[in-house]
Amino acid sequence: MVTHEDGGGHGHHQPPSGFIWKYIFSIDHKVIGIQYLCLALFSVFVGMGLSLLMRLHLAWPTTKWFFFKGGLMTPEQYLALMTMHGTIMVFMVLTTAPQSGFGNYFLPIQIGAADMAFPVLNMLSFWTTFVSLVVMIAAFFVAGGAPIGGWTSYPTLSALGEIAGPGQGAGETLWIVGLAIFCGASLMGALNFITTLIDLRAKGMTLGRLPLTCWTWFVTAILGLLAFGVLLAACILLLLDRIAGTSFFVPGGLVITDQVVTWHKGGSPLLWQHLFWFFGHPEVYIAILPGMGVTSHLLSTFSRKPVFGYRAMVGAVCGIGFLGFCVWGHHMFISGMSPYSAFAFSILTMTIGVPSAIKTFNWLGTLWGGKIQFNCAMLFAIGFVSLFVSGGLSGLFLAQPSLDLYLHDAYFVVAHFHLIMGVAAIFGMFAGVYFWFPKMFGRFLNEGIGKVHFWITFIGVYAIFMPMHYLGLAGHPRRYFDTTAVAYLAKLQPVHVFISIAAFITIGAQFLFLFNLVWSLMAGKEAKEENPWHATTLEWSIPSPPPHDNFGGIEPVVYHGPYEFSVPGAADDYIPQHLAPNLVRKA
Amino acid sequence: MPGTVTEDIEIIDAGHGGGTGTPAGGDDDSGSPGARRPVPRRAYFTALQLGLAAIVMFFMALASSYIVRKGLGTDWQRTPMPRVVWFNTAILLFSSVTIIVARRKLESGAHEAFRTWWALTTGLGLLFLAGQIIAWRGLAAAGMLLSTNPSSSFFYLLTAAHGAHLAGGIFALLYVTFRQWKRSRISQATAAELTSIYWHFMDGLWVFLLVLLTLGR
Repeated sequence: MVTHEDGGGHGHHQPPSGFIWKYIFSIDHKVIGIQYLCLALFSVFVGMGLSLLMRLHLAWPTTKWFFFKGGLMTPEQYLALMTMHGTIMVFMVLTTAPQSGFGNYFLPIQIGAADMAFPVLNMLSFWTTFVSLVVMIAAFFVAGGAPIGGWTSYPTLSALGEIAGPGQGAGETLWIVGLAIFCGASLMGALNFITTLIDLRAKGMTLGRLPLTCWTWFVTAILGLLAFGVLLAACILLLLDRIAGTSFFVPGGLVITDQVVTWHKGGSPLLWQHLFWFFGHPEVYIAILPGMGVTSHLLSTFSRKPVFGYRAMVGAVCGIGFLGFCVWGHHMFISGMSPYSAFAFSILTMTIGVPSAIKTFNWLGTLWGGKIQFNCAMLFAIGFVSLFVSGGLSGLFLAQPSLDLYLHDAYFVVAHFHLIMGVAAIFGMFAGVYFWFPKMFGRFLNEGIGKVHFWITFIGVYAIFMPMHYLGLAGHPRRYFDTTAVAYLAKLQPVHVFISIAAFITIGAQFLFLFNLVWSLMAGKEAKEENPWHATTLEWSIPSPPPHDNFGGIEPVVYHGPYEFSVPGAADDYIPQHLAPNLVRKA
Repeated sequence: MPGTVTEDIEIIDAGHGGGTGTPAGGDDDSGSPGARRPVPRRAYFTALQLGLAAIVMFFMALASSYIVRKGLGTDWQRTPMPRVVWFNTAILLFSSVTIIVARRKLESGAHEAFRTWWALTTGLGLLFLAGQIIAWRGLAAAGMLLSTNPSSSFFYLLTAAHGAHLAGGIFALLYVTFRQWKRSRISQATAAELTSIYWHFMDGLWVFLLVLLTLGR
């Protein structure tokens, strides 16, 4: 029995008036989605700017630049750039844009709901994320500057304060507080996503008719719900070690910067690693799963074929989500763990290859024999498949403990995680932007500029990250500020120069994308029809941009699966999910 | 009846026929076509269960840290359990009884009695928190501070974390008492039911933490 609680209180469905309630503290999931996307767009350019500085230095370590004091970067500055690049990209871009941004905007519409289950909580979730970004960015401006401990912030150095280096004082404290706030924001978001998907689906929107995008947002939200609480606990323990003198993570007798640490004893740095990676590995899937959803969705739409093996795709997403919680130890093979544990983690890690292979096989199966339309959205979706395979294969190398001992602290790992977690996920976002832009803003992005953007980015990211595998295999350690003084590494310097040039060109192409966004928003080709791509899901049944309560107060009814393309006997090559069976035109 | 995740999935699966069959599933809303749909009551229960799952993960992370840290270090010293904690526990267990009585009174329409029992529960919750602070002061007076020993660090941390969550429960109890229900999206009975589930959960969580802190000392 289900009753509805509504004492005349669905006021959140009325369009708000006034700038502040409409655009700033809006409780409309679409505005909140755009707010998240803007936050991620700002963050991605900040993160990219930081990587630009690192690449400048790595390619030409002795060249003087006017923006560094004395012309040269210091090792501490390099580490601060690296830390903040990783942190901002992982949390403020890869976690927010695909899930909180696109998910917020399209999950309610695709399931036929008027909004999220808890719109005010949704608004709070965004603004909490915003506060967390402000706190983290503030780390740049405090005494000592930004933290230098990397995005994983391993103790002991992250727990000891200023004696561990500049940035490990106030900067590191802000980093931890910012991250703890982010955990809270993500938990609120995850709770809202899952509730919305379980309880607010329109009539007929069975689980078997959910678009794969919704499935991935759903599983991602579950991962977030279970993982961020653990990270929050870890942050609290680390903060207490720093400010309250506890010894959760810091052992006694350390000598740091010529000082013997006597105020801590008995703690275990490995405890942090376990807690952090128990969150950290699911985090990888939080970043990549929504991209998989968008890719599946687009490959089907633009090859005019149903997704090959829908149920297997759903199973693979759930399988990846589940296994994501069982493999954190593979980040710790070099921690001195028992070979038996390492063996177990290794086997479990390689097991992830199975659902990943199912997904890749089914993506290719979807494309096979389809009438493929190579527009920008589709190109980025195909690019996602390419990067997912390239980045995923090196994961099988790293899953071997014996190989990982050699490769773990080398550039091979940098190449691996950038390809699969960074760039593949970002390609998923680009695909989403090109696909949904006409729905969100009523105008198309420019396809010509988009294709130039795609090809430069696609070739560019391979040019950046493929040579890093080579650097890693040649024994080049990662995180090092300057390696030119070491003979065998000095010989690898031309590779660094090549990577940096490729990076600058790729970064340049992103300004093309930014220009395309702004220009198309104002003067792009108008999307006159509701469904310009001839897609099937519910967002294409409503005007562009969608009205305040999505379906104009009418509850949609769903009759079809999400990918009914080229159905035999039907006149059109697509059957929208909401089209009543008697309205489907016969061939 | 609160909706549960499994229950909902069963409803939905039952309706899954694929293809172009009769629409079924997402919701069993029987409103007329074209009616704007409010948030179903079960969504609040789903959200509560999810929130509790997140809280479980948070406390499991702390509990496993407790076990690992105790197992690894050589510096673990036994933190004496302040006697007042047992009294606090009795109070909290009793508050679970009073909240059950309060809800029964509300169901039977005895609003005055409901308010009395509900206020009693709130008072017991506040008394528990006050008792925990007395326990802290006792420990501090005995020289066991937050940073004295990992055992005492965990005692303060776990009790504070539980206390913060229980304070959330007290906020919910007060909300149910003072809210103007005519303008609300949910009824007082639903809010009371949600609060009582959370309250029982906090009660159970405390018993778990107490067992951990007592046996793991």
